[in-house]
Amino acid sequence: MRRILFLALFLASLPAAAHKPSDSYLALRIDGSTVDVQWDIALRDLEYAIGIDTDGDGAITWAELQARHDAISAYALARLTISADGERCASTAAGHQVDRHSDGTYAVLRFAAVCPKDARSLTATYALFFELDPLHRGLVRLEERGATRSLIFSPEQPTQPLGVAGSSPLRQIVEFSREGVFHIWTGFDHVLFLLSLLLPAVLRREAARWVPVPGFRQALCKTFVIVTAFTLAHSLTLTLASLELVALPARWVESAIAASVIAAALNNVYPVLERRLWMVAFPFGLIHGFGFASVLRDLGLPREGLVLALASFNLGVEAGQLAIVAALMPLAFAIRQTWLYRRLTLSAGSLLIVAVACVWLFERAFELRLFS
Amino acid sequence: MRILSLVLLAAGTCVAAPFVPADPKEVLETLPVASADRFSRELRQLRLELASDPRNLELATRAARGYIQRARAEADPRYLGYAQAALAPWWDAGAPASVLVLRATIRQSLHDFPNALADLSAALKVEPRNAQGWLTRATIQQVRGAFGEAMESCRPLERLAGELVATACWAGGASMSGQAEASYERLRDALARQRGASPGVRQWVLTSLAEMAGRQGKSRLAEAHFKEALAAAEPDAYLKGAYADFLLDEGRDAEVAALLKSEIRADGLLLRLALAEAVLKQPRAREHAEALEARFYASRLRGDSLHRREEARFTLHLLKRPHAALRLAQENWAVHREPWDARIYLEAALAARQPDAARPVLDWLDENRVEDVRLASLARDAAR
Repeated sequence: MRRILFLALFLASLPAAAHKPSDSYLALRIDGSTVDVQWDIALRDLEYAIGIDTDGDGAITWAELQARHDAISAYALARLTISADGERCASTAAGHQVDRHSDGTYAVLRFAAVCPKDARSLTATYALFFELDPLHRGLVRLEERGATRSLIFSPEQPTQPLGVAGSSPLRQIVEFSREGVFHIWTGFDHVLFLLSLLLPAVLRREAARWVPVPGFRQALCKTFVIVTAFTLAHSLTLTLASLELVALPARWVESAIAASVIAAALNNVYPVLERRLWMVAFPFGLIHGFGFASVLRDLGLPREGLVLALASFNLGVEAGQLAIVAALMPLAFAIRQTWLYRRLTLSAGSLLIVAVACVWLFERAFELRLFS
Repeated sequence: MRILSLVLLAAGTCVAAPFVPADPKEVLETLPVASADRFSRELRQLRLELASDPRNLELATRAARGYIQRARAEADPRYLGYAQAALAPWWDAGAPASVLVLRATIRQSLHDFPNALADLSAALKVEPRNAQGWLTRATIQQVRGAFGEAMESCRPLERLAGELVATACWAGGASMSGQAEASYERLRDALARQRGASPGVRQWVLTSLAEMAGRQGKSRLAEAHFKEALAAAEPDAYLKGAYADFLLDEGRDAEVAALLKSEIRADGLLLRLALAEAVLKQPRAREHAEALEARFYASRLRGDSLHRREEARFTLHLLKRPHAALRLAQENWAVHREPWDARIYLEAALAARQPDAARPVLDWLDENRVEDVRLASLARDAAR
């Protein structure tokens, strides 16, 4: 940056080497209908806004800061509003500390905003220092159900949605079901496992060769048995793990899931088990359930309504799974007699699945990343 | 792990967790200027008056100028925000020329160059005799590498601000576009003729002379001018930074460490301090580099792109990550084109072994006939 000379009035140049601008840091954690707040505000900014250096010697001591704690709480809390469905949630300052940041010491304010239990949506409105310094920003780290995201408050955007409060049962059902659907659709390992089992469901093994099943009913029946076995198994372990009755190391579970995909796909190319594929679906389904449980844990299970959340999530998984089956089965049934299906889709497709799953297995077992 | 902890630190959830000091007398923060200081008292008084009469244009512009001056002295952008707040009643609409010039000054320091230039054009249309407007416009054009336009903007200053200021303004563009020797001599002579120049103007001109001599490889002359500039008035962050760069190039790292040992507030000065300490292998180097990294992270978090030049220098010379540094230097080059912007770009391109990436800078040096011994040597390496 270049200096600018100021004429006549005074002589100046602009910051050649800018200093860090004024920011405050908010760590918000949403726990049910309560928002826990840790708010770090630079002492320099507080000094400018309300004055802390009482004796005017240019040094702010802990005693000087303590004397101004009430004033700081009043000033700051009046400029951060957390509301539920438009109603302001009650908040009181719980404690004062200090912390050192890269550009100086900050006052640390802790408080909790308590919102009504049946709140549907939470928002925060921030106005700290904006009337004094429009370049000030409030930088937020928002933690909600184990997921963290960041927000920035500025004079142009002083109000931000914080998301959905956890307590409304209907909300919870919708939220968790959606997460369940989302997880099965984006969890390629589960989809590939299911796919490997279902590809041969429209065929039948006769004299070491694949032949089409005669009717749709038969294909549907086989599919139903496999999907039900998989569902029963993973629901069982998902529940056990979520209620913390059983716990397995994540690395082990994730590796075993990859191995299950390899086994299921390989069985299509070199059949070991030709009928009763549910006997593959069930035991491996148990392992997949542990995988779902770790996702659910990452979402952050509410303390109240654990069973509801669990059931909703599971429901979502099943719905997502059913959608995949419903899209896939009629198509597979229709083209089951073609060479394309039997050679290319079943054999080559399964081999491709084996290859992908081998990479997963290697990555997960050795905690490496082969492809980013 | 170190990076992660820095990230958390910058994000506000500190690794060094919040604490309650044990001693009531413990000093938590030292303010850059004691609130009892005369200038602070005046500004505070002005702020109080303005609070009771916020639409008083005279008070508001006086306060804004005071804050901008403070921003310069302490290299602290929060004063630019205070200045903007003082001008709030006119900020969004209906700004008179005096506010437009101040708004342009604030906007240029936030690298909003197009809007700053638009403000100045509007102001100069109404008040063509506003010398400050012409000078600020020339400075922005120079920063953008538009040397011809910059010299054009300096022309009215001969009538409005006198020979020395006009010559210094012109020399800024001329020395970068094929007239290095001539512009140096003209500016030196103009300064010698004007004995009664104010200390601030003298310091400004001497700093320019030092930089011009430095670009021509005349180290002893440059040093003499820097010393005169430092003695002319209380040095600001720009001058300290420029002198520190000169010393770093001369390999006089210990002097840099001594000069800047307490300059940890301004990022740019902390960067030079950390560079010197790294060469000297001083224990504080690491601590300062971590503080810089946290600040750059925080700046990205708030969506700023003001520090790319410094960040590129930091990334190349302290983190030793040439590819990342090159990317930053390229982004910086899109908005800012001064010798140092070209230099960090070339250095990063060479370190990343991508001399082809330096093509825009090489072309720019050729087109403008920039004379700078260090840039020329880097350009030779890049063109090889």
